[in-house]
Amino acid sequence: MKKQLIIAVIVLAVVGIVPLTGVSDYITGVLTMICFYAVFAMSWDLLFGYAGEVNFGPSFLIGVGAYGAGLADANYGLPVVVCIAIGTLAAVVGGLLLAIPALRLRGPYFGLITLVAVLLLQDMIEIFAGTTGGEIGLSVPDVLAVSATVNFYYAFALMVAAGGFLLLVANSPFGLILQASGQDPVEAQALGFNIVKYKVVAFGISAFFSGLAGAMLVFYLGTASVSAMVDVAVGIQVIIAAVLGGRRTIIGPVLGAAFLVGAGEVLRPAGQMSGFIVAALALGVIMLVPDGLLGMVRGRRA
Amino acid sequence: MLAVQILIDGFAISALYALGALGFTLIFGVSGVLNLAHGAILVTSAMVAWYVGTDSGGGAFTGAAAGVAAGVVTAFLTYGLVVRPIQRSKAIPAVERELFVLTGTLLWGVMLQIGLADIFTSTPITVEQLVTGTINIFGVRTATNEVFIAVVSWAVLGALWLLVNRTPAGRRLLAASINPRALTLVGVELDHVHLLAWGIYGLIAGIAGVLLGSFLGTSSAYIPALTGTAFAIVVLGGLGSVSGTVIAAYVVGYLETLTAYLVSPSWRAVPALLLLLAVLYFRPQGILGRR
Repeated sequence: MKKQLIIAVIVLAVVGIVPLTGVSDYITGVLTMICFYAVFAMSWDLLFGYAGEVNFGPSFLIGVGAYGAGLADANYGLPVVVCIAIGTLAAVVGGLLLAIPALRLRGPYFGLITLVAVLLLQDMIEIFAGTTGGEIGLSVPDVLAVSATVNFYYAFALMVAAGGFLLLVANSPFGLILQASGQDPVEAQALGFNIVKYKVVAFGISAFFSGLAGAMLVFYLGTASVSAMVDVAVGIQVIIAAVLGGRRTIIGPVLGAAFLVGAGEVLRPAGQMSGFIVAALALGVIMLVPDGLLGMVRGRRA
Repeated sequence: MLAVQILIDGFAISALYALGALGFTLIFGVSGVLNLAHGAILVTSAMVAWYVGTDSGGGAFTGAAAGVAAGVVTAFLTYGLVVRPIQRSKAIPAVERELFVLTGTLLWGVMLQIGLADIFTSTPITVEQLVTGTINIFGVRTATNEVFIAVVSWAVLGALWLLVNRTPAGRRLLAASINPRALTLVGVELDHVHLLAWGIYGLIAGIAGVLLGSFLGTSSAYIPALTGTAFAIVVLGGLGSVSGTVIAAYVVGYLETLTAYLVSPSWRAVPALLLLLAVLYFRPQGILGRR
C-alpha cells in the first residue's frame, strides 16, 4: 500500500509538470480530460468496488451537476464558483432522492433505478429544449480559465483532491464496513452495522465528486450537452475506465481513465469502431484479469 | 373514436412489450442472469431482417426468418462468449459474479450497438411488414400489421406457457428456476437446460425484434432505451414472474399510448418511468413478485 502510494505520488508529480514543459495545448487538453474522467471513475469505484452496487447512471450525476451549473450561469449569470456549487448540490440531492429507496433493497434494483434516472434526465432535457438547449446543448457565457494550462491545473487539483479524499475514505474503518456490506451483507448486518446508511453515505460522496466534476467540465468545455455528459454511453465510458484500471483500488480507475481517453485519441482514425475496440478490450479484461490493469501490475510484483 | 383507437393501439404495443420483456424474464428466472445486452439482441434481429428483406430485396418473409435466426445466434453468442465464461471464471469471486455478468453484458451490448451501426446503418430503419393493408375495427381504420403483431405475440406467449407446463423439457426449465441443485441430483445436466433456455430466449427476442422493427421502426441508437424499458417492465411485474411481466407490459403500454395521444409523443416514456420509481418506493417486489 505504502509503496503504491509513493509510486502514485511520483507519477502525479511527473504528470503535474508536463504542461509546464511547453507541450502543445492539444496534449494539455487530453491530460485535462483524463483528470475529469479519472474523477468520474474513482467516484464510481467507491460504489462498485467497495459497496458492491453497480451504478449504471454515473452520467445522471454528471449530467445533473453539469446542467445545474450551466442553467444557473446561462439564466442568472451567477459567479462561476456559485454555479459549480449549485450543480454539485443538485447532483447530491437529486441522486440521493432517487437512490435511497433502491439502496434499501437487495438485488439489481439500484442498477435499474440509476439506468432509469439517466433515461428520464435525457427525456427531460429534450422535452424542455427551450430552457436546456435540447440536442444542440446549452452554451454557458463563462469559462474556468482561458489558458489551457490553467484549466489543466484546475482539473488536476480536482483529481488530486478527490483521489486523496476517496483513498482516505476507502481505507478508513468506514471503507472497511462498506466493503463488508458489499461482500457479505448478512454478516455485516449481524455485526450490527446499518449497511444501508453506509451505502447511502458512499453514494452521497460519489454523487458529490461526480456532480462537482460535471459542473466544472461545463465551464471547461463551454457547453453542457447530452452527448458529452448525460448519454448512457458516457456512463459506460466511466464504467469501462474503472473496471479496466482495477476495481476497489481508487488508483486503478485513474489508470483506466488515462488509458480510455488516450486510446480514444489514438484510435480516432478508426471512427466509431474505436468505441467497439475499447469496449471489447474492457470485456476481455474483466473476463481474463478481473482485477484490471493495476491488478496485473500487482500480481506480477507479488 | 379516440378512445377506441387508444384501446387498439395500446393493445398491440402492449402485447409486443410483453413479448419483448418475456425473454428477459425467462433468462433471469432460469439462470439468474440479467442480460443488459437484451436491447441489442432485439435490434440485431430487426437490423438483419431489414438488411436481408428490404435492403438486399429478399422479401418480407425471408427477412423475418433471417432476423429471427440472427436473434437465436446472438443469444447463443451472448451466453457462450460472455455469460458462461464469467460464471465459470475462477478469477472472479463468487459474490461478485452477478456484478460482472451485469457489466459484461452491458459492454457486449455496447459492442453490438456500435457493430450494428458500422455494419448496417446508424439511421432509423423500418422492417417490411409481413402483412399489409388496413382493416376496420369498430369504426377505426387499423393497420392489419398491428392485429398481426398482437396475435403473434399472444401465440408465442401461449406456446411458452404450454412448453413450460406441458412438456418434460419445459418442466426442467421450471425446475431449474426453482431449485437447480435438486435438478442436478435427479440426473439432469444443468448445462443442457441453460442452452435450451438461451435458445428459447433467442427465438422470442428474435420474433419480438422483427415485429418491433416493423411496427415502430428501430435504430442502434434506441438500444439503451429498449433495454431500459424491458428491465422496467420486468421489475414492475416482479422479477422472474411471467404473468407479472405480461400485466406490467400492459400497464406500461397503455400508459405510453395514453400519454402519446393525450399529452404529447415526446412525453411518451416519462409516466412509465415515474411509475417505476413509485413502485420501487412502495412495492419493490413488483406487481406479482415474491420477496
